[in-house]
Amino acid sequence: MNIAVCVKEVPDTETRPKIQDDGKSIQKDNIKWIVNPYDEYAIELGLQLSEKNGGEVTIISFGPKSIEPTIRSALAMGAHKAIRIEGPKDVADPLVTARALATVLKDKGFDLILFGKQAIDNDNAQIPQMISEALEIPGTSVVVKFELNGENAMVEREIEGGKEKLSFKLPAVISCQKGLNEPRYRSLKGIMMSKKVPIDEVNIELTNEKLIIEELQMPPQKQPGRIVGEGPDAVPELVRLLKEEAKVI
Amino acid sequence: MSNILVIYEIRDKNIKKVSFEATTAASHLSKQLSGKVSALLIGSNLGSLTEKPGVYGAEKVYTIDNPALEKHSPDVFAHLISETAKEIGATHIIMGATAMGKDIMPRVAFKLNSPLVQDIIGLEFENNKVSYQRPVIAGKLRSRVSLQSEIQLATIRPNIFQAQENKVSSEVVALSKDLPTPRVIVEEILATGGGKLDVTEAEIIVSGGRGMQGPDNWHLIETLAKTLGAATGASRAVVDSGWREHGEQVGQTGKTVSPNLYIACGISGAIQHQAGMASSKYIVAINKDPEAPIFKLADYGIVGDVKEVLPKLNEEVAKVRGE
Repeated sequence: MNIAVCVKEVPDTETRPKIQDDGKSIQKDNIKWIVNPYDEYAIELGLQLSEKNGGEVTIISFGPKSIEPTIRSALAMGAHKAIRIEGPKDVADPLVTARALATVLKDKGFDLILFGKQAIDNDNAQIPQMISEALEIPGTSVVVKFELNGENAMVEREIEGGKEKLSFKLPAVISCQKGLNEPRYRSLKGIMMSKKVPIDEVNIELTNEKLIIEELQMPPQKQPGRIVGEGPDAVPELVRLLKEEAKVI
Repeated sequence: MSNILVIYEIRDKNIKKVSFEATTAASHLSKQLSGKVSALLIGSNLGSLTEKPGVYGAEKVYTIDNPALEKHSPDVFAHLISETAKEIGATHIIMGATAMGKDIMPRVAFKLNSPLVQDIIGLEFENNKVSYQRPVIAGKLRSRVSLQSEIQLATIRPNIFQAQENKVSSEVVALSKDLPTPRVIVEEILATGGGKLDVTEAEIIVSGGRGMQGPDNWHLIETLAKTLGAATGASRAVVDSGWREHGEQVGQTGKTVSPNLYIACGISGAIQHQAGMASSKYIVAINKDPEAPIFKLADYGIVGDVKEVLPKLNEEVAKVRGE
């Protein structure tokens, strides 16, 4: 069973992003870059399936050469192959990235194409579903449970106040949510192996972006509030403020 | 002339509130664009639901009513939406940024080769173009986006745009469309805890962190939430410790929420958590540590042990609610 896991390099969750002078992108210096945390659930699922059913896991990522250390970090979990699609770091329009990915994924005969449910930088949550349409294969998103019986998949996805149980046949595309599994630690052996895996470079003509970032802003800063008091004695005053001043209860 | 198509979401024979919020947002925009608002309802046995969009300003209500559409298949719905959009000449397509909306709209965007902006919190018309505002990096930054396309798609975050009644006489148009074979079958919907309110849709959230000292104390959170009609949330630390399900996690690797009131109980307020809840209208923090970063963000704070403060808070809230 051959599995593709599409991975994105993102700023570490500790990052306090600063806006560049152009007002449209974030400063790239002094950022610790990591594998998008949701993508690790996808890699883990891919590895578990290949360990059980045989086959290979291929990491695919879109970006400039500078993302190669992050691709190797993904490989270090135990993946077998890697492809980097050459492209700029800041692509705002998911349609552009989805088309490039679809071109590479098409005809490669993957049984399963896995993603994280969204990248934690742009929070778009678009590309996996677009790939499902581009390749005209089943797909679903925000998956927290995955079972495979031959080529029939039964999955659960998170919805408001519950879960949705879905079934479909492979090949398929799914995006993974926290709760699906526990991503493994990178072993020393895995890290050593990942250095030897060649990263295939693919060049594709990109389509024009139709989603344009006009401006990035810091969110409005909240005025620091007040300490109403200490312990249970402060509660009546708090409730009065919530009712009379904030009018939220 | 613009034609804004609002895609309605129906769950358990009810229209989701965010669909009305989307219709109101569309009505405001259509006035500036001198256009009209249409609604699309897809489902089975729609009945009187078709009267609702007109209450919020939709002049045309398109319906695709078919027993086979009782449960949604994402690819079938995406097909029906994009076909309808083409047929009626939609210039904008808006849907709620729900589990369903966020799954289906990227498919529609791909089919129509038109850009989509997800999870918007602002929608304005300025300098002759529509400007969409959305949080990025889990709310650490805001992004203002424009779409250069004849058809523009957006999903709106629940609870941001208030639904306002604006009754117009609306015409219901039943569309008959062939259904493609679904690629994905929805087998069943599993509700957790009797269809509990979800943090992304709740107006009030009571959320707990490590300061709750263990899952055994969660009844304090749940009791207060029940009194307030609130959803329950959790910090990453307690989800990772297995005290609570991930569906409740608020923050950068959980959900981003914007309720009217967020009550943080025993949550210190790491940057990842702040990113997920800082856009709440009012924040209350209860924490033993007066230096906890959450107090910098909170409108009102109480320094104290949650185990002592929460029962009292529940008692006082119950009094006020009872009045």
